[in-house]
Amino acid sequence: MIKGKAHKYGDNVDTDVIIPARYCTSINLADLVPHCLEDLDPNFIKKVKQGDVLVGGKNFGCGSSREVAPMTIKGAGVSVVIAESFARIFYRNSINVGMPILECPEAAKAIADGNEVEIDLAAGKVRDLKTGKEFSAAPFPAVMQEIIDIGGMANFVKKRLSERGKGNAKTSP
Amino acid sequence: MGMTVTEKILASRAGKKSVRPGDLIFAKVDFSMGSDVTVPLSAVSLRSMGTDKVHDPSRVAMVQDHFVPAKDIKSAELSKATREFAKSQPGSHYFEVGRAGICHTVIPDEGLVVPGDVVVGADSHTCTYGALGLFATGVGSTDLAAVWALGETWFKVPATIRVNYHGKIGPMIMGKDLILALLGRIGIDGATYQALEFAGAPISDLAMNDRFTIANMAIEGGAKNGIIEVDEITMAYGKGRWKRPPETFRSDPDAEFVQTIDIDIDGMEPQVAAPYLPSNVKGVSKVAGTKVDQVFIGSCTNGRIEDYRIAADIMAGRKVHPDVRMLVIPASHEVQMKLVSEGLMTKFLEAGAEIGPSTCGPCIGGHMGILGGGEVGFYTSNRNFVGRNGARDAQVYLGSPAIAAATAVAGVITDPRELKPSKIISGKAAA
Repeated sequence: MIKGKAHKYGDNVDTDVIIPARYCTSINLADLVPHCLEDLDPNFIKKVKQGDVLVGGKNFGCGSSREVAPMTIKGAGVSVVIAESFARIFYRNSINVGMPILECPEAAKAIADGNEVEIDLAAGKVRDLKTGKEFSAAPFPAVMQEIIDIGGMANFVKKRLSERGKGNAKTSP
Repeated sequence: MGMTVTEKILASRAGKKSVRPGDLIFAKVDFSMGSDVTVPLSAVSLRSMGTDKVHDPSRVAMVQDHFVPAKDIKSAELSKATREFAKSQPGSHYFEVGRAGICHTVIPDEGLVVPGDVVVGADSHTCTYGALGLFATGVGSTDLAAVWALGETWFKVPATIRVNYHGKIGPMIMGKDLILALLGRIGIDGATYQALEFAGAPISDLAMNDRFTIANMAIEGGAKNGIIEVDEITMAYGKGRWKRPPETFRSDPDAEFVQTIDIDIDGMEPQVAAPYLPSNVKGVSKVAGTKVDQVFIGSCTNGRIEDYRIAADIMAGRKVHPDVRMLVIPASHEVQMKLVSEGLMTKFLEAGAEIGPSTCGPCIGGHMGILGGGEVGFYTSNRNFVGRNGARDAQVYLGSPAIAAATAVAGVITDPRELKPSKIISGKAAA
């Protein structure tokens, strides 16, 4: 069970505000995390605490394909991102790098900034501890659930490679 | 029930007779690519997958484009990691500074992607290649590494939105105006998880450069891919270029579209996306007169030779406004060479523009031409989010090279039709 304070932002939180390209000359979290969301809210990184929850509106993570976007949010201590909807590359990237996300329009709309939130990731349940309201997130597509269950994309690829019998077998069309 | 062109390509590469929107498939990937900002992380991911070999290097490209020539030590290290990885994969396609340019211009121009392909790239504007009647989509570094390892990836088959353009292409109207008109209509998430299929007489009339512009910005509507069916213009572009035989797919007459959008461009004025969203689109007259500090013509959206021909034509005999910095950053080395051979380089220099090396440059605000606090830019690139192009309160307007050129001369956003250029080039004539 995850418990944390909600930091709420609006629609279209894009990857350029999540981690501006000017910092993407590095893939080290130590360089990236201090700038997480700085063009959207310069105080975010000062106020976010380990385990806190990021709440966004529609189309969270739109823009570039930079995988450091979910990595940086995770690195900042965020335990889960809840949004009304996610941009598709960000959605795939988050699962691949192990940044928990939940698509849940009702929760994203209802949870107020600063509220304590409790989340059961496996069950996809979100509870606003201030209002007592409970919400259910959309299930993941089957492949994504498989990737989550196996512990990430690296393990998923290893399994598929071993199923082919040998390490670098060419794909069969 | 018939299939759309996107569904047919995905079915073909998944080894299936048919697919439906929502189906989860594993599809063979014909080509994949990454850049200096994504390859280093992909290389780390690949090793975590228990291998250090790409399944088929001949179907992989690595392009130095985002932070090159290296702007500082950190970006030099990214470039170095990309170079070292490329060298560790003999047979892969590697594009070095001085022989490269922006991936989305270089890869189609080198003939590495062909109609009918499934292409993934660790860059969101990979959708550009869809202008060639193929399926192309952006992914992150780990997904790219998975493709390197497996030669395939998983997709949820997207539903298709068909966009039918109608009418005649007016003077100074370019591919950029057509795609911005759509984005203004559907918004920045109007096509999320879906395919955008562009069709209609105006699309058939457009040369490849304008078609690339349109497919390039499909992602700005959140689309998984943008696609334009193959025709004689596509085939003419590919002649002598394509490294593999093309395969042509078309949407069936009874294909099912989740939505059909009709856009009439008759009498449409040039379009501009105002800060801070590419979908915040208005006719140029609504923003005309806005003072600008910098004009940038370049990027994977509008950095092709045809773009510079139009800009040079509008600027002929004119100078860049004293209060404006104009940056001309050709999208590839090949475009740069043409600027020289066609004499456009001299024209831009004489007009007072600065010419830069082929790189993403100001588009991502990481390298060259960064905007300071409160400054205003007019860019031919694809995004104008808060902070993307410089200071948090800098503002960028997006539009065609024609508007950009007129604006550079006037110092304020200007309808290019007002400058009465010596001759009007658009559509097929520009090819």
